Amino acid sequence: MKIAIASGKGGTGKTTLATALAQAAAQPVQLLDCDVEEPNAHIFVKPQWTNHKDATIAIPVLDTTRCTNCGKCGELCQFNAIVTIANQTMIFSDLCHSCGGCVLVCPEKALQEQPKTIGYIDTGHSGEITFIKGTLVIGEAMSPPVIRQVKKTAAADQLTIIDCPPGTSCPMMTAVNGSDFVLLVTEPTPFGLHDLKLAVETLRSMDIPFAVVVNRAGCGDDKVDHYCRNEQISLLLQIKDDRRVATAYSRGDGLLSALPELATQLRSLLTEIEKRINQAQGQTQGGGTQ
Amino acid sequence: MKEIVIISGKGGTGKTSITASFAALSKDAVFADCDVDAADLHLLLQPLAIKSMPFISGNVARINEQKCSGCGTCNSLCRFDAVQPGTPYTINPTDCEGCGVCVHFCPEQAIEFPPQRCGEWFQSETRFGPMIHAALDIGAENSGKLVSLVRQEARNLAEANQHELILIDGPPGIGCPVIAATTGAHAVFVITEPTCSGKHDLLRVLELTEHFDIPTYICVNKWDINPDMTQQIKIAGEEKGATFIGTIPYDQQITKAQIEGKTIVEWGDTIAAIAIKEIWNSFCEQLGIAS
Ligand code: SF4
Ligand code: SF4
Repeated sequence: MKIAIASGKGGTGKTTLATALAQAAAQPVQLLDCDVEEPNAHIFVKPQWTNHKDATIAIPVLDTTRCTNCGKCGELCQFNAIVTIANQTMIFSDLCHSCGGCVLVCPEKALQEQPKTIGYIDTGHSGEITFIKGTLVIGEAMSPPVIRQVKKTAAADQLTIIDCPPGTSCPMMTAVNGSDFVLLVTEPTPFGLHDLKLAVETLRSMDIPFAVVVNRAGCGDDKVDHYCRNEQISLLLQIKDDRRVATAYSRGDGLLSALPELATQLRSLLTEIEKRINQAQGQTQGGGTQ
Repeated sequence: MKEIVIISGKGGTGKTSITASFAALSKDAVFADCDVDAADLHLLLQPLAIKSMPFISGNVARINEQKCSGCGTCNSLCRFDAVQPGTPYTINPTDCEGCGVCVHFCPEQAIEFPPQRCGEWFQSETRFGPMIHAALDIGAENSGKLVSLVRQEARNLAEANQHELILIDGPPGIGCPVIAATTGAHAVFVITEPTCSGKHDLLRVLELTEHFDIPTYICVNKWDINPDMTQQIKIAGEEKGATFIGTIPYDQQITKAQIEGKTIVEWGDTIAAIAIKEIWNSFCEQLGIAS
């Protein structure tokens, strides 16, 4: 069972919820930090690190002794990452999406691929949690390949909770892609509602079942409730606005250290999600598995 | 003309609320919302669009079922797992990177490659001055390119009408959209919060601005949630060469103002409004812009 924790707006409490869910699960669980631009779930999980590896993409390198500067590679490349100008061929590896097209098209076999490190994947443990964190190298632009490699590092058949990047574009979609269920965390403010709507539309277009969790309930207005009711979206949990949570968070302590009583609610939330996933899969496959 | 980008690394630190307040306090600025992925600035500035244009960027592959012979070349070449085998083969537009490799190598020339509409951008008027903003279509890619476009249009407008300042509400993170929003700007203004996560993310942002050699200013919002951490952030930020410009206290009135579609400086002389005004004045002084 793969559950992604996402939100349109940043700072609504994705990481807080993702780590608390993993800690409350009371079973072996994988927690993936896919917010690779600003990963910080480790601050709350405090894992014992056991493995470190590079996240790489393959980028072309040019053998100038073979290149005839015919320009075919540049014609194919959609990202201006390889160009032939004034009888000279140049590669701009920061722009390369690693599609491999130039290598295939080159008639002189002048291009070969080499790995380039654009991030890191760290694995660690804390209690029953296997924690996998992706980190984008600073100055690198493309986070989706790092996110994909975090997800590939995880075992397929275990309860998995994914802390997603904010927003609704490529990084967020890469992180939620392939999940069985998404929890959208929002806050009851105009910004929270506006960005929630975008996230809902995105998940609908991807056809992934989801529900909403309202964090800092009571700090704003009730328009998020109204919206969910009108759109027939389940609002599965409300976490009340509590300065104890904010203070604990500021120190790097999680939700459960401020509100331990929430653990039972979080476990029922996991059970409820499992039930919904099984129902959804039962509908499409005529019999669901985990 | 000076270009100032306001970012936060971590989301939820109050970046947009504070940017909107700066907009209210500014004298002669163009505003640009470069947080195109979850654009919220318009909720406080309520722009009236005077011009809107589609944002076309990149292409997406589509298999013509009449021509597909089911050879599977596209599937074996695609690095992004976007091709689904079947008769005919199909391409999942969400996964398609737009690299065009399948289009080039399909032996039946069965793959079309139409340009993609990824969103829309607007030139608008607000009660504080002109604004350029955009909306990315649902599920669309290329947010970095849309950020560059919004920024360029704001620059064109500022140059044409001789505005002194461009205030940019920047995206979260440190990846493609942030790089597009900040490279070559005159200054980056980072709004963080006094939490372990806030500090962690700030340090990554400062490494980025150092990497691109952009002068950087820091302010801590909700500083009183954890005064110790605020102090730690000040020290860590200054060690990294950034200028610490002030703190803003936690103020529930900011949410109240947001609900009414107002900036906090218009809402009243609340504790946060007073702090924001001071910060704006000292920032303008340091950058040599009229406050
Ligand atoms: S296709 Fe090959 S030979 Fe032609 S310019 Fe590119 S690298 Fe050189
Ligand atoms: S691998 Fe693809 S994106 Fe990279 S340079 Fe070659 S054609 Fe361009």
